[in-house]
Amino acid sequence: MKRKYYLKFTGKYLVRMVTLLIAVSVISFVLVSLSPVDPVQQYVGSVPNVSVEQRAKIAEYWGLNDPPVERFLAWGKSILHSDFGVSLLYRRPVLDIIKEKSAASLALMTAAWVFSGVIGFAVGCMMGIWNGKWPDKILKKVCLVMCSIPTFWIGIVFLMIFSVQLGWFPMGMSVPKGVPPEQVTLLQRIHHLILPALTLSFLSFANVALHTREKLVDVLESDYVLFAKARGESKWSVLKRHGFRNIMLPAVTMQFGSFSELFGGSVLAENVFSYPGLGAAASAAGMASDVPLLLGITLFSALFVFVGNMLANIIYGIVDPQIREGYGNE
Amino acid sequence: MKNESILSVKNLSVSFHMYEKGLEQYDLKVISNMTLDVRPGEIVAIAGSSGSGKSLLAHAVMGLLPENAVISGEISYKGKILSQKDKEKLRGKEFALVPQSVSFLDPLMKVEAQVRGPKPDKAKIETQKEIFKRFQLDEKTEKLYPFQLSGGMARRVLVSTAVISGAEVIIADEPTPGLDLDMAMEALKVFRELADEGKAVILITHDIDLAFHMADRIAVFYAGTTVEMADAEDFRQGELVLRHPYSKALWRALPQNGFEPIPGFQPYAKYLPKGCLFSPRCRYKTKECEEKIPMREVRGGYVRCIHAD
Repeated sequence: MKRKYYLKFTGKYLVRMVTLLIAVSVISFVLVSLSPVDPVQQYVGSVPNVSVEQRAKIAEYWGLNDPPVERFLAWGKSILHSDFGVSLLYRRPVLDIIKEKSAASLALMTAAWVFSGVIGFAVGCMMGIWNGKWPDKILKKVCLVMCSIPTFWIGIVFLMIFSVQLGWFPMGMSVPKGVPPEQVTLLQRIHHLILPALTLSFLSFANVALHTREKLVDVLESDYVLFAKARGESKWSVLKRHGFRNIMLPAVTMQFGSFSELFGGSVLAENVFSYPGLGAAASAAGMASDVPLLLGITLFSALFVFVGNMLANIIYGIVDPQIREGYGNE
Repeated sequence: MKNESILSVKNLSVSFHMYEKGLEQYDLKVISNMTLDVRPGEIVAIAGSSGSGKSLLAHAVMGLLPENAVISGEISYKGKILSQKDKEKLRGKEFALVPQSVSFLDPLMKVEAQVRGPKPDKAKIETQKEIFKRFQLDEKTEKLYPFQLSGGMARRVLVSTAVISGAEVIIADEPTPGLDLDMAMEALKVFRELADEGKAVILITHDIDLAFHMADRIAVFYAGTTVEMADAEDFRQGELVLRHPYSKALWRALPQNGFEPIPGFQPYAKYLPKGCLFSPRCRYKTKECEEKIPMREVRGGYVRCIHAD
């Protein structure tokens, strides 16, 4: 019974994931085909003296004259064989680049994600507890201001203050200059990570805080908190027993649902800090019309966001007994 | 001891500070000059329609009113006038509330943890098991979440919280709706037993019939004030021994007593009439009814009416 349920559950997500990836690849392929990017020109690039015949040969060799559906199928087939093509920009297989860049990006995004989750939740709780009093009013205004600050701008301000004027943090990159990769210490990596991670977390931090606040206020005004008070539970006990329990769920959902914003934000943050991650690679690929890399990153980011939402769903089911029952009945 | 009230409410008024369009403010007086007392060993039933201030009275006694509530008058327990701090200390220990609906249970917490409260001792768990058995809640119920309870189960769970608390004063806010007659009687029997053990029970109810038969005294509320307080016996006897025109009307409106409604409706707290709050619907209304009406003793009961005799 239980096994059947898990099988069904996993199957459902697999189907969803596959359909999502197909949809994303179709849409991005169509968009790229419609774009004015000429792959031959991009490939030839700065090499002079490539004749028209040679260009035609390259196009013929790549199958650029085939109908779009055929081209898409050819591309999809090689993707299925985990051949994402060769990046024009880096002149290396796309998959290798994604692997390498995503390691750096993952560190950055994880740090930012934890920062914004923990601090946002804590600040949200404080605002909720002091609902309507002055600490709440001040924090709320701060959060609203932070919500409207663009990531790249706050990144530049951070650089100006903490790197240029105070000199606490490096100006950019993920490792110090002129040091061979095997000699870079963990501490140095963390040192390079802090400012970009803070910048990136700024994006969702205020959001998490405001949502948590709203939810906590709702919970504290609920009937069950009233009853808990009527039974002599202290303010702290009410918070511990009922408050946190009931706001955890939306907080967790928000947190995992923020994967898309996180990825979007990382493009900006990594550019400002010249941080060699996936986000920077994405924008570089876009600027250089590096189609294979761009498509690869698009698919990868869709998968990333999908996994975030799926985790939110699964955790929801574990934490909330009502939804757990709903899944069971499906 | 029998005649000394353990909890008494004198001239309690509660108003909410409200904001209207823009910066306009006004006070919404939801309870005016409410009077009530309960002695150890008795059940006092509070009867009255929705919006007559029954639940608010319960919340006022427990110190659970929201921050925009302005309270005047006195609430005293064992002869001592209670401040908000006192109420906070007493609730859960000396005062217990049986709330109205399942929404008063935490949706994400199992029943057993909620009923026993934080850090239960052995005796508490024992009492909980006993009372559950009595209410025909099997052991599986303990492990359920509130959304898995039926309405009747939830109500029994809520009633059992009061029994476990060991409180001296129990305020039950509509404990019987949703229960079949047997279960309702069982719940009321539990309250009766608690009263017989020397506890004081305030039973807020819509079920006037049940109240008439289970309670020792009855307080009738109308538009946020006590209009009459008398022995339940008077209510069983009927219209002629009752004192206030509203109590009489209430009695006559019962199916077995003629099922006869009176015209009009209870005034909204924002548009209270001057003087007697019932006067717009009262056939005995005179000019004097627009003055302040005091509570006075008539034939062993208390009534807020100048025409009662």
